[in-house]
Amino acid sequence: MSACDDCLRRTALIAALSGRLDVEWRRRQVTARVLALPDDALLALGTTAVRRGYAGFDAATARHAAARAQLGLVCRCAPAYPERLRDLADPPAVLHVAGRLPGPAEADAVAIVGARRATPYGLEVARSLGRGLSASGVPVVSGLALGVDSAAHAGALEAPGPVAAVLACGADVPYPASKRRLYADVVRRGCVLSELPPGFGPMRWCFVARNRIIAALSRVVVIVEAAERSGSLTTADFGAELGRTVGAVPGRITCRLAAGTNGLLQSGAPPVCGVRDVLELLADTTGRPVAAAAVPSVPPDLEPGLRRLLAAVEDGRGALGELARTSEEAKVVLAGLGELEFRGLVRRTFGGRYERAAAA
Amino acid sequence: MAIARITTFAVDGVSSRRVWVEADIRSGLPAFTVVGLADKAVREARERVRAALVNSGFEFPQKRITVNLAPADLRKIGPGFDLPLAMALLVAGGELAAEAMEGCAVVGELSLTGELRAVRGALAIAEGAHRHGLARLLMPHSRAREAGLVPELAVLGARTLEQAVAIVRGEEEPPAPADEDAHAEDPDPPLDLTDVRGHNALIPALEIAAAGGHNVYLHGPPGTGKTMLARRLPSIMPPLSPAEAIEVTRIRSVVGLHHGGGLVTVRPFRAPHHTVSASGLVGGGSQPTPGEATLAHHGVLFLDELSEFVRPSLEALRQPLEDGHVTIVRGQRVTAFPTRFMLVAASNPCPCGMGDEACRCTAADLARHHRRLSGPLLDRIDVLIAVGRPAAEALRREQAPASSAVRERVVAARERQADRLAVHGLACNAQMSARLLREHAAATPSALRLLYELHDRHRLSARGHGRVLRVARTIADLEGSHGVGPEHVTLATGLRLESAALAAAA
Repeated sequence: MSACDDCLRRTALIAALSGRLDVEWRRRQVTARVLALPDDALLALGTTAVRRGYAGFDAATARHAAARAQLGLVCRCAPAYPERLRDLADPPAVLHVAGRLPGPAEADAVAIVGARRATPYGLEVARSLGRGLSASGVPVVSGLALGVDSAAHAGALEAPGPVAAVLACGADVPYPASKRRLYADVVRRGCVLSELPPGFGPMRWCFVARNRIIAALSRVVVIVEAAERSGSLTTADFGAELGRTVGAVPGRITCRLAAGTNGLLQSGAPPVCGVRDVLELLADTTGRPVAAAAVPSVPPDLEPGLRRLLAAVEDGRGALGELARTSEEAKVVLAGLGELEFRGLVRRTFGGRYERAAAA
Repeated sequence: MAIARITTFAVDGVSSRRVWVEADIRSGLPAFTVVGLADKAVREARERVRAALVNSGFEFPQKRITVNLAPADLRKIGPGFDLPLAMALLVAGGELAAEAMEGCAVVGELSLTGELRAVRGALAIAEGAHRHGLARLLMPHSRAREAGLVPELAVLGARTLEQAVAIVRGEEEPPAPADEDAHAEDPDPPLDLTDVRGHNALIPALEIAAAGGHNVYLHGPPGTGKTMLARRLPSIMPPLSPAEAIEVTRIRSVVGLHHGGGLVTVRPFRAPHHTVSASGLVGGGSQPTPGEATLAHHGVLFLDELSEFVRPSLEALRQPLEDGHVTIVRGQRVTAFPTRFMLVAASNPCPCGMGDEACRCTAADLARHHRRLSGPLLDRIDVLIAVGRPAAEALRREQAPASSAVRERVVAARERQADRLAVHGLACNAQMSARLLREHAAATPSALRLLYELHDRHRLSARGHGRVLRVARTIADLEGSHGVGPEHVTLATGLRLESAALAAAA
């Protein structure tokens, strides 16, 4: 992996112009158009200081900074640069990579994005989609934001598939800070990407710019929950512009956070009601079917009592009160759940509810 | 005789300290001075004593009177010094022979008419008198029954100052303490498990918790019966032992919740509101008074809506939970209060409490809720009970077993624990230290293997490991089994509380 001097210089230039971009960020078209301008046009926008910085740019310093932050660099002149990003009118000049950049074989990724202030339903859906895709070997791309994004990452990390996060700040900055553990897990298991130089803090325009990278990197974009005119919908817009398949998870019509996704469905986006739907969308897009990971199978040697108990938990009756009627029954059920948990077939949540465990 | 000394007692924490009331009467301009670190109520005693003496037909000496309360370093509070002060004046004034007060402690508040009023902490005072080798205690009649709980102490209950003098002079027999119904002091009518419907599946978990004295966390949406279950917990815990009953009575009396009856026989159940302050919970104040944790001693401390309690209050519960007592330091004074309670905490799954279907909470709300729950308190809770919404059919048909039936098994299990733990001065499995647990768990090799395997698979933290074993020990005790087998461990894992799972959710 490497980056040429020109691309590094452009990255520094955009970082230097970030104040100007932040003023323009509300008009997405403007941001995109500005990012697509050639260097000399960008320089015309900037102040004398920006021009001086551009003239005196030292690529070695930039490389050194990236190395110190343990970031890999790949610029759009390099063959390792993700092909799909070239679909953009304004492909990022340099990708900063924490972790390992996925190879072309793993390129058919799915983006799962949505609201920060998601409902428990949205979080659960994002998590299970992430887990299911990851279990089927499909890379999951998202933005590491609070809510749906991080739930999707967390779900994907529960299964063995690759994960990628695109940040709206330097790739070495765990943002949001409360997700730094998740950040570390994603770096370990996949990669964290950013077009911004190391140490760069998040600015408002960066989130929109980040969304275009998420949309470009993936074949299918799934919106889990989004209010009307929300940031998550910009990802959907970018995806549609780039010709990606954009799916949406249906929500309750009374829920504010479902307005955006239901709106997408109304305008013709395919509904996503489970991993299978996403895999079908992906197969339609790429022309290559992906086998869904087998639903966790029941070990054949499970005794009938435990098998019944497991079926009940799969049906969503996960609380002790729903599984037993009498005190005697409760003891049997408790022991049975303990046994099932020991075998890794069910998982106990903090509240004491049991749910079917994902296949390891 | 111009000088007199009377022994009395001041309530200090949940016990009492001996105080001498010395009176000196000599000629000079009429004056009445009280010295010896007396607070306002004690200094006001001068007026009450003067009026009470005169209204009872005694003479108030028109001389220079100095009263000293010794030891001078102890702050004396409250009106309990009225009667000893009056008696000291009577002895010093020559109206009463000093011999009449030999070996007699005196305590009581006076009204202006000379009637004796009740004092707090009668039991603690009586115990103090007995401890200091005094044979008699002269006190208000309304608290004589309570003080009479101390054997080998003659309690002289008087209704008026006049009667008090007649009694110590030997002119009158003290009236017998009022014969009250033995359960008059039981704080609440006992609640029975049979009232509970639709939660039969949760009874074994409650039974296990009661049997081992394990702290419990009740998790479930509002209106599902968390409070109802918690309130019935004392009814399945073993009855108070005589020694425990004395302790409970003493504490209630000191804070003024006991009204002169006999022993308290029902285990306390305290449910402080979530706005309670740290000192309200564990005790405090410039004159340290017991808090809710001490009032729940030998009973249940129920914290409903755990996540709504302020952090300092919950942090303050650490020491009481860990050590079974709490030490309050105020200036020069150090007071220890006993706090061996069973903690029952309850919380909704989310702040709005609407449950899965109708929850309106955002991720940030939930994270905050979980953050407030996690922490030092949950680390001390052994048993998690998930309380769900019972089905309508279950509500109609199911009836829980009677508390007495459950209690029988609990008592049997406690006896087995006591056989093992009495030598260490402990009563139940929950009180065992990690070392004692290793020593007494008697886990079979297969049970240990199961535990370690759970640990290895990251389904159990190191701390959770010990707690599961502890609960498994109780389950084995309930079943009358000597060793802890794998079946006990599997059952115990189903009841464990993993705060790590909570941290992940937050």
